[in-house]
This record gives sequence, C-alpha cells and structure tokens, in this order.
Amino acid sequence: MSAQKKLSLFDPAIVRRALLDSVVKLSPRRMMKNPVMFLVEVGAVLTTILLIPGLSKHVDYLFQTQITLWLWATVFFANFAEAVAEGRGKAQADALRKAKTETTARRLSGPERKEEQVAASQLRKGDLVVVEASQIIPGDGTVVEGIASVNESAITGESAPVIREAGGDRSAVTGGTMVLSDRIVVEITSEPGQTFIDRMIKLVEGAERQKTPNEIALDILLAGLTIVFLFATVTLKPFAIYSGSDVSVTVLIALLVCLIPTTIGALLSAIGIAGMDRVLQHNILAMSGRAVEASGDVNVLLLDKTGTITLGNRQAVEFIAAPGVEASTLAEVAQLSSLADETPEGRSIVILAKERFGLRGRELKTLGSHSIVPFTAKTRMSGIDFEGGRAVRKGATDSVAEYIHSIGGTFPEQVQQDVSRVASEGGTPLVVADGKQVLGTIYLKDIVKGGMKERFDRLRMMGIRTVMITGDNPLTAAFIAREAGVDDFLAQATPEDKLALIRKEQAKGNLVAMTGDGTNDAPALAQADVGMAMNTGTQPAKEAGNMVDLDSNPTKLIEVVEIGKQLLMTRGALTTFSIANDVAKYFAIIPALFLVTFPELQALNIMRLATPQSAILSAVIFNAIIIIALIPLALRGVKYRPLGAGRILRRNLLIYGVGGVIIPFIGIKAIDLLLHAVHLA
Amino acid sequence: MFEHIKISIRITIVLLVITCGLYPLAVWGIGQAFFHDKANGSLITRKGKVIGSEIIGQNFAGERFFHPRPSGAGTDGYDATASGGTNFGPTSKKLLDAITDRTTKYTDTKPAGGIPADAVTASCSGVDPHISPENAASQTARVARANGLPPAQVDNMIRSRTEHRFLGVYGEPRVNVLLLNLDIQDATTKK
Amino acid sequence: MTTLELLKIVIYFLLILAVTKPLGLYMKRVFSKEKTFLDPLLRPVERLVYRVSGVDETKEHDWKQYTIAMLVFSAVGLLLTYLIERIQHLLPLNPDKMGAVAPDLAWNTAVSFTTNTNWQAYSGESTMSHFTQMVGLTFHNFVSAAVGIALAIALIRGIARVSAKTIGNFWVDLTRCTLWVLLPICLAAATLLLSQGVIQNFHPSAEATTVEGKVQKIPQGPIASQEAIKELGTNGGGFFNANSGFPYENPTPSSNLLEMFLIFSLGAGLCYTLGSMTGKLRHGWAVFWAMSILFLAGAFITTYAEQHGNPMHQRLGVATADGNMEGKEVRFGIGDSALFATITTDASCGAVNAWHDSFTPIGGSVPLINMMLGEVIFGGVGAGMYGMILFIVLAVFIAGLMVGRTPEYLGKKIEAHDVKLAMLAVLILAFSVLVGSAVAAATAAGTSSTLNAGPHGLSEMTYAFASATGNNGSAFAGLNANTKFYNIALALSMFVGRFLMIIPLMGIAGSLAAKKKLADTAGTFPVDGPLFTFLLVAMVLIVGALTYFPVLSLGPYVEHFLMNAGKVF
Repeated sequence: MSAQKKLSLFDPAIVRRALLDSVVKLSPRRMMKNPVMFLVEVGAVLTTILLIPGLSKHVDYLFQTQITLWLWATVFFANFAEAVAEGRGKAQADALRKAKTETTARRLSGPERKEEQVAASQLRKGDLVVVEASQIIPGDGTVVEGIASVNESAITGESAPVIREAGGDRSAVTGGTMVLSDRIVVEITSEPGQTFIDRMIKLVEGAERQKTPNEIALDILLAGLTIVFLFATVTLKPFAIYSGSDVSVTVLIALLVCLIPTTIGALLSAIGIAGMDRVLQHNILAMSGRAVEASGDVNVLLLDKTGTITLGNRQAVEFIAAPGVEASTLAEVAQLSSLADETPEGRSIVILAKERFGLRGRELKTLGSHSIVPFTAKTRMSGIDFEGGRAVRKGATDSVAEYIHSIGGTFPEQVQQDVSRVASEGGTPLVVADGKQVLGTIYLKDIVKGGMKERFDRLRMMGIRTVMITGDNPLTAAFIAREAGVDDFLAQATPEDKLALIRKEQAKGNLVAMTGDGTNDAPALAQADVGMAMNTGTQPAKEAGNMVDLDSNPTKLIEVVEIGKQLLMTRGALTTFSIANDVAKYFAIIPALFLVTFPELQALNIMRLATPQSAILSAVIFNAIIIIALIPLALRGVKYRPLGAGRILRRNLLIYGVGGVIIPFIGIKAIDLLLHAVHLA
Repeated sequence: MFEHIKISIRITIVLLVITCGLYPLAVWGIGQAFFHDKANGSLITRKGKVIGSEIIGQNFAGERFFHPRPSGAGTDGYDATASGGTNFGPTSKKLLDAITDRTTKYTDTKPAGGIPADAVTASCSGVDPHISPENAASQTARVARANGLPPAQVDNMIRSRTEHRFLGVYGEPRVNVLLLNLDIQDATTKK
Repeated sequence: MTTLELLKIVIYFLLILAVTKPLGLYMKRVFSKEKTFLDPLLRPVERLVYRVSGVDETKEHDWKQYTIAMLVFSAVGLLLTYLIERIQHLLPLNPDKMGAVAPDLAWNTAVSFTTNTNWQAYSGESTMSHFTQMVGLTFHNFVSAAVGIALAIALIRGIARVSAKTIGNFWVDLTRCTLWVLLPICLAAATLLLSQGVIQNFHPSAEATTVEGKVQKIPQGPIASQEAIKELGTNGGGFFNANSGFPYENPTPSSNLLEMFLIFSLGAGLCYTLGSMTGKLRHGWAVFWAMSILFLAGAFITTYAEQHGNPMHQRLGVATADGNMEGKEVRFGIGDSALFATITTDASCGAVNAWHDSFTPIGGSVPLINMMLGEVIFGGVGAGMYGMILFIVLAVFIAGLMVGRTPEYLGKKIEAHDVKLAMLAVLILAFSVLVGSAVAAATAAGTSSTLNAGPHGLSEMTYAFASATGNNGSAFAGLNANTKFYNIALALSMFVGRFLMIIPLMGIAGSLAAKKKLADTAGTFPVDGPLFTFLLVAMVLIVGALTYFPVLSLGPYVEHFLMNAGKVF
C-alpha cells in the first residue's frame, strides 16, 4: 500500500471521481440516510418548485434563484465531502484488486494427495494446496508443511521477505502474497469471497461501513436539533402573520437550512470514513469502525514485554566468574557452550566474549568429535558433550544446580548470590558449568527499546495505564517495568492469567486493549475491547482480534488509540462549531425578515448587512461554503494532544465553540460586502 | 397495575388527612394561639364596627385624606374580592393614556425628582396598603390645608407611620395609608 | 442598579448557599433511610401510612414500575380534585356559597395542580370554596412536590447505582418526602408567616365599612398553611388572584424574603443531594454553580431593566429614579419584585408578587426565558434537578466527544439510547411551547384573549404556553385564559410538560442504573470543575436561545425597541 500512501487529500483523480459521485449521491434514497442533509435537499426541491412562474406572488427572481442554487450547492458540497473521503479508499481497493488477479492453485486432493490444477476461487476451507517459489499463494491459510520466505508487499507494502513455516506462531499466510523460495503446503482457512484481501477491499471501499455507536448517538442528537429548528422556523410563519408581516416560504427554508446543523451533518460520514482511512494508512486493518472508536476509549493497555517493550532478545552484558575462576575462562567456556546456540541470546554471548576477551568464536567442526545438547523446555539447559567425557553446560540456575548435584558437584554460594543480584536487577542469569565445576554466571539483560518511556508518559497523560505482560519472574519483571516506565506488570503470565487480567480490568470499568500473535493469545484477544493481532501471527489470533497490524508492530496500538480519539474529537468539535454558528446566522436573518414591519429591529442587525436580501443570501452562502472549507479538517481530523481531558476540552471549546460564534460574523459580513459590490443583492 | 391503583387510593386518603387535615389545623392552632389578631386578618374595629384591615389598602378620595395608589382591583378599585392589577404592558396605549391622564391632573407638590411613580401606577394586588414616603410628602400640603393642620405635624405623622427596610436591605420605605389617615382623623376629631 | 438592589440579590443568594449543604445532606439521609433527628416522631407515622395503604416498604421498583406507580397516583389525585371542584357547592367549608366550577375550568385546574403548575385561570377568592382550596388544591401542593422530589431522587439513584435493576420505591419516597421534608419545613415556615400577618382562619369574608363609608369585603381563609407549601413546593397557586402580591399572602418584606427563600431552598439542596448520593460532592456543587450563574444573571438583568423604567412614562414627568412601578407593590418596590419574578420563574413556582405582564420588555423577557430554558435554575422541586440532568446528559455527550472518548457521565456511558430519550424530552418541551403559541397566534380563539395588542400580545400567548409547559403557573396575566381554548390547550401543555418529560427521564434513570461504571482516568472529562459549570451554562443557554430566539425577537425584543421609540398599541 506504500504507493497509495502518497495520494494527497485532493488528488486530481480522486476529485474528478468525487465530483461525479456527488451527483449520483443526490438520489433521495441515498440522501435519506442522512436526515439533516435530506431536509436540505427537500428544501432545495421546494424552492426550485417555487421558482415556477405564477406559483407565488411577488417573486424576486434574482434573489430566489440565488437562494435555490446555494441550497443545491449545500447538498452537493456534503456529497462531495463524503465522496472525497471515499475516494482514497476506492483507489486503494483498485490496487488491491490487482493483487487478487485470478491465480491457479495446485490442490492436493484425496488421501493419496494427488495434485490437480484448480482456479483459486474454487478453493474451499480445508483444502490443501502446494505453493513453490515465485508462485502466488492462492488463498488464506496455515502452513502445514515446510518453510518458505514470502513477499507480502501486496498486503503490507513492505517488500522485505518474511519467513513462514509450519507449526508455531509464524504459520499464517495470506492469499495474494508470493512465495520467494522453497515449497510449502498450505491448508486453506477461508471460503471464497471471504479472504483477507476480499475483506480488505470491502473495508477500504467502505462497502460494509456501519455507523459506529457514537456516530449513531450523534446522529440522533443532530436529528433532534433539526426537528427543534423545524419547529422554530415553521412556527415563525404564524408568529409573523400575527405581527403583521409575511415571510415567504423560500426565506423560511433558507432560515431553516442555516439553522440546522448542516456543517456537521454534511461532514459526519466523511469524518468516519477518513478515520478508518487513517488507520489503514498506518497499515492497520480495523475490522470495523466500532473497533477504532473503542480504541479511543481504551484506558488499559496490555503490552507483551518481549518484542514490544524490550528488544526481542536479551543480550549478554557481563561475565561474573565464580570464586577462583578467571573471567576469561568463564567467557571462553560460555562461548564454547553457545557455539551451537543460534538464538540471539547465544550469539550475543559469543560476541561479548569476543569484545571483552578477544576470544574468537571457533568453528564447531574444529572441535573434534562432539555432540550438541539442545535446549529443551524440560531441561532448560544446553551445551556440548565432547569426546572424552567433557561436558559444558549453560542454563537456568536451578537446572544447572540440579545437574551439578546430580553428578556430585557443588554449587558455590557466591554464584548463588551473583545469580540473585542479576535477577534483582531485572537481568536473566545463566549459569555456566564445565564438568562438575560451576564457572560463573552470564548476565543477560533485557534491552528496553528507545523512546518507550516517553511513549508511556504520553499514554499516561491520555489517561491510559500500561500493563506489561511477561513470562519473567516478578523480580525481573518489576525491574524492567521500572526501567521502561510502565504503570504495572503481570509476571510469570500464562495465557489464562492474561485473560483473567483482562476480565478483572473490565470488571473495574476499564476498557482494555492488547496485542497478540500466538494461537494461545486468541481468547484474550477476543475478550479485550480492542485486540490487535499481528499480521505475522496465527490465523486464530487474527480472527479473534478486531484489528490486524500488517507491520506487526505492537506499539502501533498507541497510534490507533490516538486516531480513535481524533475521530470522536473531530465529530464533537464540528458539532460545536455547527451549533455555535447559528448565533451569527440568527443575527443576520431575523432582523432581515421583519425589517419592513418593524424598522426598529435594525438595532439587531449588528453586522450592518446591506439589505434584507443580501443578509439572508450571505448567511446561506456562508453556510454552504463552510462545508467545503472544513473538508480538509474533517479528513485530517482535529489534532490530538495528550493534555488531559480538561485542557483538551478548554482548547477545543475555545477554537470551535468561541471561534464558531465569531467566524460566521466575519464571514457573513465579508460575503455581504462582496454581494453588494457585484450587485447580486 | 391493580395493586398500584389500590395503593394510590389508600395513600391518597392517608396523605389527605395528614396534609389537608392535620397540617392546616395545626397551623390554625398556632395562629389562633400565638398570633390571634394577625391570623384573623389584622382587622381594625372602631366603635364595634370593622372599618378595614391594617394590611389591606382601601380607597381614599377625599381632599382631607392621603390618597392611596391607583387600583386595578374591581371596577371601582380596592375590591379585595377581585384583587389584581391592570396588567397593561409597557407599550400599552391604555397605560400611556392612564398615566398621561394622572400626570396632567396631578395637583400635589411635585418632588424635584419627578412625580412619585407609585402615585400614578396601579399596584399588583389592587389593595396595596402603602404609598412611598415621597408620595406621602407630596400630599402633605393638601392634607394639611384641608384639615387645618400645620404641615409640620402632618410630616411628623408621616414619619411616625413610615416603615423601614427589613435589615436595612429588603423592601422599600413605605407609609401605611389607612393608619396614617386614621391618625389624621384622630387628630382632627380631637380638635 | 443601586448598591441596595445588588445587596438584595447577593444576600439572598448567600442565604441559599448557606442552606444548600444542610438541606441537601438531610434529604440524602431521608431518602437513603439513614437516621435523622425526626425519626422518633415520624417513623411511627410512616409505618402507619404503609400499613393503611398496603405498601411494602422493603420492595423496590424498576424504572417502569416506579413511573407507573407515579402516573397512577397522579391520575387518582387528578380525578379527586376534578370531582371536588365540580361538587364543591355540596361540600362543607363553603361560607361564601361558591357554585360548582365549570367543567373546562375544573379540568384545567385539576391538571394544573396535579402537574405542580398551579396555573390559575380563575380568581381564587371568588371561585373556590375553602374546602376546594384546602383539600382539592393544597393536597396537590404537597404531593405534586413530593412526586417531583421522588422522581429526582430516583434519577439520582439511577446515576449512582451500578448494574442495578431498581431505582427505589415510589411510595416510600413519596411518603418520606412528605413527612420528613415538606411538613416540618412548612410548619416552621407557616408559623413565621403567621407572625408577619398571613391569616389562618375559616371565617367568611369580613365586611368592613371603610373610613370614607364604603363597603369593602375582605376574604378570609386558611392561607398561612397553603402559603408555606405553595412556595416550598414551588407550586405557586395563590389563595388570591394577586397571589403573593396580596397582603394577606405576603404582608411584609421579611415574609417576602422568606417566601423567596422557600422557593429555592429544596432545589438548591438537591444539588448537594446529587453530589452526596453519587459520591461526587464537587459535581453537585458544579451543578449548583451553573444554576447560580444563570440565576444571578437573570436577577441582575430584570432588576436593571425594571429600575430603568419606561421612558415614555418618564417623559410625562414620572420620577426616573422610581423605575417601572406599574403592577408592583410599594412594600416590595423594584428590587424585591424583580428578584421574586426571577426566582419564581427560575423555579417552576409561579407565585408572583408583581405583575410580570406590566414589566418592561426586557424585565419581562427574563421570566419568559427562564421558563423556556426548562426551569432548570434550581427549578421546581425535583423537576429542576431532573431537567438539569437532561442538559447534563447532552452537555457531557458533546464534551465527551470533544475530548475524544465515548461520552460518559459519572462513569456511565452515554449511548444512543440515552441521547434519544434526552432529545425526546427537549423536543417535547419545544413542541409544546412553540406549536402551542403558534396555534394561539394563528387563531381568533387565541388572539382574542390578549389584553395588550402588538408584540406584547404575542408575549402574553407565548408566556402562557411556556408557563404551562414548564409547569410554572405564573402568567402575563392580561391574557384571559379562562376560555375553552386556553383551558383545554394549556391543560394539554401542562400535561405534556410534566408527564411526557418524566417518562423519557425515568427511562434514562433505568438505563443509567443498569450500566456498568467505568473507571475514572485522566482522559475522562471531569464534571466537577468550573469548566463543566461553564459548559453546562452554555448548553442550557444555547439550546434555549436557538429554539426561542425567533419568537423572542418578535415579542419582547422588538417591543423593547418600540418602547424606546415611543410606539404604543
């Protein structure tokens, strides 16, 4: 999607398409979904009919025609705003469709797994397909055999290949992505038309856009206000007659359109679409607008320690030799024991030994006959057994201690103390043994990612508490939590603990967001109010969450929270602005309506507008133009700053409330001057 | 629903007894015991006959009495069974006409600040027992002349019948017309 | 405006401020069934009430049962009063031999008192017997006030409770409110009123022969008892047509101060009760200050306008310093009349001590606007609080959006359902006022009742519908409202303004009670500071101004300019 990101707000192609769509959207059936703008359209139709000669007396054609045109313009501008917001999504959908070009699949059928060629669209859930280098994966699925590097740029926009392999948490593949090397067998997990890409197309096109809960509530508020203004304008007719003056229907419609919240009514759906779009630009796929909105409400964020708060892997930072052991000896044996250890931790030990003591990592084959003892969850140790009985081991403290005791060695008291110190500092101690002798401790440390503290501070100011989830022991966890600046932590967490924590926080009235990628995260992802699955994660994880991060970067949850907040703020701000505008419009129109009967009302014409006609027209024109003027704000969203609710509100009230009162006075006066200058009123 | 109706009727009866029976009777008891005159209307009797209430205004048209405010109560004014004002609004022609009429016919001494407003406007109740001290003062000359009393004595009577603000803040200084006129009457009959 | 007039407003306000906490706390204790000093005296009475009425005081109602109980109870009272009026000539305590009240007037009056409006299309002293005044009307003065407070308490419970089904027992709230809150205060207040000269007897009218030899009939009656509850319960229905302007109802400036004090006291106290029952005292105070700001602004404007007077009259030689005295009593003058007018319309009391119809256009527009705003400035007992909560719901909704969170009120999410109910109530009120007065303005039946012509006539009609809808009961009394059209139309408005507003509000109570409570965080918009107060004030003013500006501009506003230009009608 990188290519589409560059599209500007008013890309000529989008604008051209939007102009056309705006006309199509004039259809009453479509307009009805937006009661405020539908009323404007009805008004426009009425004033148009009233232009027919002979239908009404004393027609001021120049004035009434202008009113009618501007009413139509108001409707058109609203449609345009929505169309522009949809435009970018449509462009993205087009690009996605290209990735979905018809591919053929090599389906394995029957127990004997006979290969046959079928169209990708015929694949059903549960089918097995085989994909080889430079072939497109025909559908969403799980790798059940083999390992391959896959280019997922069609989905993520990221061209660096990723590894997909059977079993574990990196088994999910997405239809439309390309295998670069090797061969995999994939079990298809989605029915035709419901693949990830299909869903994505629908989402970006807004085809399945449903109104979010807050949007519905706001819609009701706006509809209610509209009806109130309908009462106010319709009853004005009898009041005027009582007062001995008459107001024409055209003028009453103009007043009504000016009063009802057209500004927010016109931009409401554009704001929603643009919000989803912004999420998408962060390469996050939100399954519904509801999820984005909910993320704005989140006040507890559960983040996995590893990979999110700390760099994915711990690094060796110190060798602490046991009494009577040279540090270099420890380093050498540690390095030796890690040669076969391809984990990042293992490699960091090799590197540290080289840095500190100039020990070069020897090639394994130069060591003569040996056998490698791999790490298992049960033994929690790894090492090498050499010919002649020499055995080097490194591993978790208890495991090594047990091992040493079992072969008749002793575990030095000093090492025990070193181990405790390392653990209390948040490090992970690894004990190294050579035969019966314990040589010392390797200090492995979690490295907190840069800038995390600042991000958590920012979250705290937003009213969000971060909880770090880790499998570490409480001591280690507390240390890292302090270093990273999170508010709380859950140590030695099992997936069940995580689920329980979410339930507990929710019971306290908190809304919880979390990220996850493993299958065992799925229940928690489903329970959380906002669950963001990593695209690298398993299929069950992706389905349990309500968002998928295509970049698999858990800290992006923070951005989603901000977008959610922005979405609501933009709606609130424009609603306030829209209502505040009415003050000036009243001062423009009401004196104009009754000036003939009550010249004394000139005192209320505080803008000193030229004539009654120019006053009414100016208000209508301002009302229409402000929609166009605010489209960029609606699409970009009101800027969010983590300032605390009170300060945000004060700021927004000042800008959109007080500003909303003042701006139309200036705008209407300016339009009035212009109209007068060009003799249009 | 039926349950609600049943309870409604019963509780209505119980509350009726308490709020409309016991409560007013208790207040009646307190009034009759501790504020007997006031609870019975602050009526003034002269020679065994009720001549009015201390706190209900009555009309005085004669030259020798202080005149109360114009009244909108009843057709002739000061009808306590038809209390009320004129209800004329600020742009009422009838009100403007009435005030024009009263100001042009105003024969009493005009104070420097202008004719006292209460002298030319109708009150709320139509039985306002008071006039402003300024209004009374502007009538002094006429009343003194008509009764053959020295103006200073009349002024003293006004002063002694002037009631002041509550706590120096609430209400306005005022003169009870009936009581003042009774003073005048007493002063002249004694002579 | 003089310093003295400023002091009248400020000292009055300080008195209300001083009583807010003790009264609010007391009401909280009463409705939470906590111990109070009156328990030894009142618990036996309370138990007796329940035993006789068959009330199970341990049972609680959900919002629907609560509302239905309230509606049924109101219906019974309504029918009772109608019946009494229609047969008052057959009933005792009718020394002046009043005849039966006409059906439309009787109906209007029954609705009027049931809905806590006390709109009086009749003149009390010449229409209603002592029995009708005492039983038919005073009864409602108590129970319609108690119902209002009960509803407010139920709504507050809805806000305070978490994941709850019930919001209290209507019968218990009604009884406790009457026994613990209304009766004791009324007894004390009535005694004070007696000391000032308010009457309490059952005599027929006294016949006086005046000093100048004319006959003056002076009506008598049980007034002190009715006067106390009339103000405390924000009922406002006077024994006399001139209401609190009549010396027997309000004889001195101190009785006037007491009456004004009674009108606001419970409404102000309920702000504290709100804070105390929800555990957010500062929120209760924030609401109190929002109401106070609106009250003070109104009081200053009215006093200023009345003091400024009518330039047309001043040109005729009337003292400029005296202000507009038409329709005002000398003992109250400008200050105490303007203050009373503001208070009685801030609250839905409707008692008057001066004729609002004769106020200057701006001075008279304040009472009108107060009612149009929904009488949420301390308001009718209970009604002011639940009306204000309506605005709070709308204000926190917009504020919540503006801070980027799903709006919530004291931890309760404000969702589409709640907004729908709140908007429904707003719509109903606007409809009743605007459409009602528009129909009046457009028909001969409506316009023929006006006393004043021109824009003031429009104000009279609008005032009537605003007063009826707001359950206020005061009037631009030049309007002859005792006609078939007004008796029926205004009865409808009173009905709509009371019950059709209560039902959505109780719906909100039920919906809020059932909700979970969300945790408070830095991201939550605080509802307890000056910012919230400001927002609430702005919300009330904006909704009111936007709805009513057109009709106001054709009524009082244009009249103001016409008066200054010397135009009369």
